[in-house]
Amino acid sequence: MVTLHVNGKAQQVDVPPDTPLLWVLRDVIGLTGTKFGCGMALCGACTVHLDGRPTRACITPISAAAQAKVTTIEAIGGDQVGKAVQAAWVDLGVPQCGYCQAGQIMSATALLQQTPKPTDADIDAAMSGNICRCGTYTRIRAAIHRVAQKGATK
Amino acid sequence: MSAPRDSMISVPSDAPSDRPLLLANVSRRTFLAGVGALGGLVLAVGFPAALRAADPPKYGRDGMPDGWVDDPLAFVAIGEDGTVTIVCHRSEMGQGVRTGMPMIVADELEADWKRVRVAQAPGDQKRFGNQDTDGSRSTRHFFEPMRRCGAAARAMLETAAAARWNVPVGEVEAQNHEVLHRPSGRRVGYGALAKDAAKLPVPPRETLRLKDPSRFRYIGKGELKLIDAPNIASGKAQYGIDTRLPGMLYAVVARPPVYGGKVAKYDAAQALKVPGVVRVVEIEQSPPPAEFNPLGGVAVIGRNTWAAIKGREALKIEWADGPNREYDSAAFKETLEASARKPGKVVRNEGDVDAAMASAARRLDAEYYVPHLAHVTMEPPAATARIVNGKCEAWGCIQSPQAARDRIAKRLGMSVENVKVNVTLLGGGFGRKSKPDFMIEAAVLSKAMAGAPVKVTWTREDDLHNSYYHTVSVEHLEAGLDAQGKPVAWLHRTVAPTIISTFNPEAKNEAPFELGMTAINIPFVIPNVRIENPEATAHTRIGWFRSVSNIPHAFAVQSFVAELAAAAGRDPKDFLLDLIGPARRIDPRTLGDTWNHGEDPEQYPVDTGRMRRVVETAAREAGWGKALPKGRGQGVAVAYSFVTYVAAVVEAAVDEKGELAIPRVDIAVDCGAQINPDRVRAQLEGACVMGVSLATKEEISYKAGRVVQDNYHAYEVARISAAPREIRVHLIPGDFNAPLGGVGEPGVPPIAPALCNAIFAATGKRIRRLPIRDQLKV
Ligand code: FES
Ligand code: FES
Repeated sequence: MVTLHVNGKAQQVDVPPDTPLLWVLRDVIGLTGTKFGCGMALCGACTVHLDGRPTRACITPISAAAQAKVTTIEAIGGDQVGKAVQAAWVDLGVPQCGYCQAGQIMSATALLQQTPKPTDADIDAAMSGNICRCGTYTRIRAAIHRVAQKGATK
Repeated sequence: MSAPRDSMISVPSDAPSDRPLLLANVSRRTFLAGVGALGGLVLAVGFPAALRAADPPKYGRDGMPDGWVDDPLAFVAIGEDGTVTIVCHRSEMGQGVRTGMPMIVADELEADWKRVRVAQAPGDQKRFGNQDTDGSRSTRHFFEPMRRCGAAARAMLETAAAARWNVPVGEVEAQNHEVLHRPSGRRVGYGALAKDAAKLPVPPRETLRLKDPSRFRYIGKGELKLIDAPNIASGKAQYGIDTRLPGMLYAVVARPPVYGGKVAKYDAAQALKVPGVVRVVEIEQSPPPAEFNPLGGVAVIGRNTWAAIKGREALKIEWADGPNREYDSAAFKETLEASARKPGKVVRNEGDVDAAMASAARRLDAEYYVPHLAHVTMEPPAATARIVNGKCEAWGCIQSPQAARDRIAKRLGMSVENVKVNVTLLGGGFGRKSKPDFMIEAAVLSKAMAGAPVKVTWTREDDLHNSYYHTVSVEHLEAGLDAQGKPVAWLHRTVAPTIISTFNPEAKNEAPFELGMTAINIPFVIPNVRIENPEATAHTRIGWFRSVSNIPHAFAVQSFVAELAAAAGRDPKDFLLDLIGPARRIDPRTLGDTWNHGEDPEQYPVDTGRMRRVVETAAREAGWGKALPKGRGQGVAVAYSFVTYVAAVVEAAVDEKGELAIPRVDIAVDCGAQINPDRVRAQLEGACVMGVSLATKEEISYKAGRVVQDNYHAYEVARISAAPREIRVHLIPGDFNAPLGGVGEPGVPPIAPALCNAIFAATGKRIRRLPIRDQLKV
């Protein structure tokens, strides 16, 4: 038994401690918003926050997540920045198929929490781990800038 | 305007069909039972079949399996609370069809979008018309039927209101979810009318009044947000990989690494010891041709996906690789080149190319190579199935739900009526998910587990190793220029394994639908033209990939045009426009193109005026010819595909180390009228990124019959840092009453050649082999 703290809730899970957090979230706990794309930390689809840090759940064994607060896409709207990012994503019509966007939103939220007014270079650095096969990158960039601007005028 | 949040409501295929048509009292929850009860399906099937029989040959939507349906009883339900539910029968994979298609119905229906919900149809083409979501044809085939659906439902509501007030129907008018009696100003809401309207007959098609386009509320406006966006942004959207059922088991499959191979023997002992592994099951091999069949292999079934993955790692399998075990892509490139240098089957021949070449002032030739590609949809193939009381129900991210249904029924030995295929959202499709092999796997495994729900997930390695790949091709081009630099002769030999080989292993020539993708149907003003197609043998599963053969053909043709311009000392854009020539409407059959994207050649001629216009628009908007710093250049290319015209001007920047950046791309598109302009833009933006990605990075290669690339580190795709910084899409306005063009695919073909032409302008280096990768490195 491993105890995880996911979206403010303690969860006991009965799987081997080396099981990646991704599959525990999706298959055991039933939070399917966090996506599988590669299993090798190459695509970012599985990005969650561990104590606020963007983390690839597909290579994070639950034993390494047990001490941390896990936040997934399902709860990121509870954060001011996360909520603003979600709104910008809808407003600018960022998603196409949408499959990568949970990970994109988690990475973008972490970026904006750390760096409220990111430059294009900051965006490249923070978002290059997230692949979008539909090619929504120009809108992702625009949406991040939008959140940064709105934050500044508040 | 905010979009309704509810999204994936499934429509049962086996519900009774004798209930009222427009449904009263439909709550969101009971809708599940509700729309299934929309009778009229049998009735609806009658129309198009009869029409088609009287009207051969069949083009466009009439030519597709099961054609089209425009019966509101199949697509619209109105609840007493006024909620309007509209069925989307095409698969959503990012093109926005679940917003666009219902929006068309809602507009003609005068429904308030805030009160519209969208339900996803299961695979049932008799009921909904063709559901194969491919070929960039959802909107062009269903715009008119969906308009009629909405207009018919509107007429029924108006008739019901007029009857209630006992006034002539000519005095009433539907307006934004209400019917208004003009003389008295009385109004009644759709919800209050639903029951009465449901009792009325569907008005005959010829009596329907379609809106004048000037009165559209939503169509063409681009103001509605994507209906699924809120769910996507909050992690609630359901994809094929997200299905969860009580008692569900999780499977991964070890498939033969070589096309046509099979399991020689396997040992499951270690796999079964992995915690969470439940069972190991062999899936019977389907020998080539692959068609839509599963490849076979050994499945590991576990309590969660990870257990299944670990179990599979512990399997010991010996494969019998079969006849493709030597497939080697480097050697095959040479085979293709050798074929391309010898005469092949002539598929178009005008004038006398040999004589014109002999007397030309200059002759040029060039060969272009595009490797196999993989779709790598971010969501890999995934499907779930269960069997209860002899009936199979499946869920999956499928572009072709009817094909999935038919094939599952066949494989399980069930009648099609006993199989239901539910369509989830697709995390990308690009043609991969047109093939239901992965859905059949789920059904086979559920059967092996006594009907228990089983979800099959493909890992990224599986997706790369066992895809239906984009073909590999060598395009050999020769041209003769006269003393003024005008092309007088054009020879194009295209050599590529055909998609047909996946269905008929004897097939070695490109099919008309492949040749008709920018090879045979070039409308250039050249007096002597010969197109040849030497044979090529397939050694892997070849399949559709977004824009298909247009990719290699347009890459070669549009690169070669720029090479000729350079040889003639001309501006490439002016040279291209001269080759396209004056505005004229060309019957594609006169170009040897008998396919014409399945469309009527009279309705859809090759229109060089439209082709010119997109080139001129993209060039103007890009500031073609403007002064650029050293290491920067512009390139232009145009492609006519899926009956849509797209031109791109790419600006490339290559630094002294040979690093490539793309500051800006200008794209002009003429697809006819745009139903949802923002999604047209989004599709063109996405296609541009995909075009850049395949041009710069993507390659599937083979050694000993096996795909070399395992995951995204080896099969690289464009990331945000490599994507164009700015993509500007310029929409050419169109007429809503004129034939529409495709949108999902036509943005891809011009990107690779425009980029390579830009690189040539920036550096003087000509790229003839994709991907570019380190070819620019110094
Ligand atoms: S699934 Fe974790 S990074 Fe791709
Ligand atoms: S929106 Fe489809 S992969 Fe990003």
